[in-house]
Amino acid sequence: MVGRLSRRLAHGALLLLCSVFLSYVIASAALSPRAYFEDRQPRPSAATVNHELALLGTDDRTPVLARFGQWSWRAVHGDLGRTVDGDAVNAEFGRRIGVSTRLLLIGTLVGTGLGVLAGVWAAVRRHRLPDRALTVFSFLVLSVPTFVLALLFKEGALWFNQSAGHTVIRYTGERTPGLTGSLATHVKDRAVHLALPAATVALCAVASYSRYQRAATLDVLGSDHLRTAQAKGLTPGRALLRHGLRTSLIPLTTFFSFGFLTLFTGAVFTEQIFGWPGMGSWFMESAQKGDINSVVAVNLFAAVTVLLAGFVADVLHAVLDPRVRSR
Amino acid sequence: MTAPTVLEVKDLRVSYGDAGGRALPVVRGVGFTLRRGEVLGLVGESGAGKTATALALLGLLPPGARAGGSARLLGTELIGLPVRELARLRGRHIAMVFQDPLAAFNPAQRVGDQIGEALRIHQRPRPTGELARRRAMELLEGVRVPDPARVARSYPHELSGGLRQRAMIAMAIANAPDVIVADEPTSALDATVQAQVLDALDGARRATGAALLLVSHDLGVIAGTADRVAVMYAGRIVETAPVDALFATPRMPYTLGLLGSVPRPDAAVPLTPIPGTPPAPGGAGPGCAFAPRCPLVAAQCRTEEPRLAGSAGHLAACVRQDALAECSAAGLFPASAPPRRTPPGGAPLLRVTGLAKSYPLPGRSAALGRRRPRQRRLALERVDLEVRRGETVALVGESGSGKTSTLMEIIALGAPESGSIEIAGYDTSALSRADVRRLRGAVQILVQDPMASLDPRMRVADLVAEPLHAQRYPKAAIAAKVPELLRRVGLDASDAERRPHRFSGGQRQRIALARALAVGPELLLLDEPVSALDVSVQAGILDLLRRLRAEHGPACLFVTHDLAVVRQIADRVVVMYGGRTVESGAVPDVFGAPRHPYTRALLSAVPLPDPPAARARVRVVLPGEPPEAAERSAGCRFRGRCPVYAALGVERTRCEQVTPVPVGADPLSGHTAACHFPHDTEGAPGRLGSEPEEHPPVR
Repeated sequence: MVGRLSRRLAHGALLLLCSVFLSYVIASAALSPRAYFEDRQPRPSAATVNHELALLGTDDRTPVLARFGQWSWRAVHGDLGRTVDGDAVNAEFGRRIGVSTRLLLIGTLVGTGLGVLAGVWAAVRRHRLPDRALTVFSFLVLSVPTFVLALLFKEGALWFNQSAGHTVIRYTGERTPGLTGSLATHVKDRAVHLALPAATVALCAVASYSRYQRAATLDVLGSDHLRTAQAKGLTPGRALLRHGLRTSLIPLTTFFSFGFLTLFTGAVFTEQIFGWPGMGSWFMESAQKGDINSVVAVNLFAAVTVLLAGFVADVLHAVLDPRVRSR
Repeated sequence: MTAPTVLEVKDLRVSYGDAGGRALPVVRGVGFTLRRGEVLGLVGESGAGKTATALALLGLLPPGARAGGSARLLGTELIGLPVRELARLRGRHIAMVFQDPLAAFNPAQRVGDQIGEALRIHQRPRPTGELARRRAMELLEGVRVPDPARVARSYPHELSGGLRQRAMIAMAIANAPDVIVADEPTSALDATVQAQVLDALDGARRATGAALLLVSHDLGVIAGTADRVAVMYAGRIVETAPVDALFATPRMPYTLGLLGSVPRPDAAVPLTPIPGTPPAPGGAGPGCAFAPRCPLVAAQCRTEEPRLAGSAGHLAACVRQDALAECSAAGLFPASAPPRRTPPGGAPLLRVTGLAKSYPLPGRSAALGRRRPRQRRLALERVDLEVRRGETVALVGESGSGKTSTLMEIIALGAPESGSIEIAGYDTSALSRADVRRLRGAVQILVQDPMASLDPRMRVADLVAEPLHAQRYPKAAIAAKVPELLRRVGLDASDAERRPHRFSGGQRQRIALARALAVGPELLLLDEPVSALDVSVQAGILDLLRRLRAEHGPACLFVTHDLAVVRQIADRVVVMYGGRTVESGAVPDVFGAPRHPYTRALLSAVPLPDPPAARARVRVVLPGEPPEAAERSAGCRFRGRCPVYAALGVERTRCEQVTPVPVGADPLSGHTAACHFPHDTEGAPGRLGSEPEEHPPVR
């Protein structure tokens, strides 16, 4: 099993390389940092622009493969280059990675957990009111784009705050700037800020995971081994808890590795709308500026997280299902 | 019998809800009693309501099903009992053994823990995990599982079918229940393994004194195991009697027909397929459900459903039961074509010599890292067989012995990995494209599952015509040929316009046969063509195959695990073990005087549908399991399970070092065995079976 997982990691590294290369080539083709510099007021001379581009390593007169070579040489040595504004990408990366990770991690954990519970509940009460309500809810959420959902949340919070008379739900930024007080105050402040963005990410997860979990649980409910568990003397509820839940989670692990990518895409918009200084908003800002190095850095982050999610899914699969361990 | 009654079932009714919300009755007033230590065999064909009866007793019917009537376990009414109270009885007073032990175990939990859980649910004070594990191991030992510690630590998928089913039995008897319900406990197993499992079930039952309700479609299993038998048809018990009386003097025409359609391994006799099909649930008329198929039907049978009546514990639901006393199955039902006595001695059509086939083991992709030579697993090591024109040859062996792999290699019409395949004079390793096309028409195949082998969207006419189109027959010829083919397999020409889902399993197998016969093949390969069918339907298909043979049909290579079927249909038999041919010869020779110890064990494990004979028989219960496809190795594959090898002295090194080759007892007989110590009548060292004290009867 360890061999299998290490092979998976090696495959992941190969995929990471492909992903970074492709994102570099596509970003270089689609974005034009030259236009960003030329649009400055006063308009800089062509020599200045070329000089600036050369410093960034994004001079479009050098062949793209050569540029990628230079970039990756530095990247391997731990330097992701500079942004168009001349700051170190590494520093910006460090500032933003925590913000995004917190949002994604909490959104994913809450969303997966609630989604699984909701799915099991719907399966046990299938064709009754809770199941039907959850089905309608899931399809509503799945058919509304994430950014609309985020905006709705924002409007709702605004309305709520207005009717309450003071700010109950804070929905801009990750924390209140300049807040003083004990650790508890800071934690509470962050939690209040986290509520809506995390809810947006989580809601999408709940909507899709609950559908998959419902189907998986229905399969298990009809399975022979659950009938055996009851024949041994377990009540139906205990049989499902002890023997059904774990087996029904097995197919979900595969879905988890794919579903994470969707969540990540959703999080890009969520961060932007709630003013979180995370990877997603960085991506949007740098794409507008034609900042190739930053865009590639965000892609690097996305690729690593998605591959990690896949790896975690593999480990979970092996933990849950002894049948894949021996292979 | 003075033992106390443990289970009393009266007027048990079960109905399933259909899509339209109608209740379809599947069990209609079943009643029986079960005394302590008694074995009641509940027998019937699919759809008779056996499993629904069993599940209703434990309250485990699927959602949407309703049970009515009464079932009292030690005086407690089970039907309608709240689920919490039912749970307290289940596993403790009434336990169940299911058909498919792979699906019935939790795949993600160790077998020992699952058995231990049965103890921890019911035993008070609740045993610790450690104690439960130790008890689980003792229980496994009790059902004669070798190396119980290893089995307890294993996950279900790591065990063979036989071990899994024995573990399931250990789990069922964990709390020494009063009643064990076993639903087709051995149906998915090979005959040799079936013998082990029945043995374990019998031992477990004796150890706990439990009563056993044995649900089975297999009259052979019932004959060897049950004390009393109840025959079910269309949701009712139509006859019940002590086992000997039921088999000797059945009093219900259905029972008689059923007994007459069971193939026996000890003699080739005409079988009596029962014409027609059982009514669908809810489709039975006001009278006897069997009346539409009954040859003794009277006017009274069509108006009123008869009640069970009779004497001395032998009851039948039939108004004509006295008239039946003078009838035999062959006299009552249209008997099938008689078995052929003299096999045709035609020229060889198919000759397989030294055939081998291996598959790469999964794992180790070569995308990254070192490229290693993949380990290969041997499916076929050395198969030799020959089919002459017009002849039926049966290929038998346990699952995993390579029977189907052999068929697939033949029908591939390609160069085998090693060895050679010769069909109608062509060597398959050197075929031109035109030869391949010609041979595609000359070799046809019929597979096991007629549900899966027919495209549900095609009409029967198109299905049957497909091979003709492939062989580029003119359209007019095809249109003329289809009705004729349907008639030949016993279907109606008007069936051509319908789609497969309108037909029963047996009829579908006939459609598949019509398709295989369409292009007039010289060689027909049949892969377990009757093992998915009920016996009364199976008898019809076997009859059809016999008739085809009589009209100079194709030569057949017939793969089956059922030796009783072989006896009925084949001229010669080839026995395979672990990818090698171990014995071959004419059916009467091999069945009458088997020479290889494996063939002897295989034959002795076939259930006999004859209670006194089944009891009297000396059964060679093989230890261990059929081998997994293995790596190439020297010596005899069978020696690990071989009773002859086990009894040998220093001579056994021959079995370990020298791979036996097929040798005839005398050069002319054509009866060969690949064994260094074959059982020959003239006092050969491997003599077996004549010393019953060494291999005592199982019962």
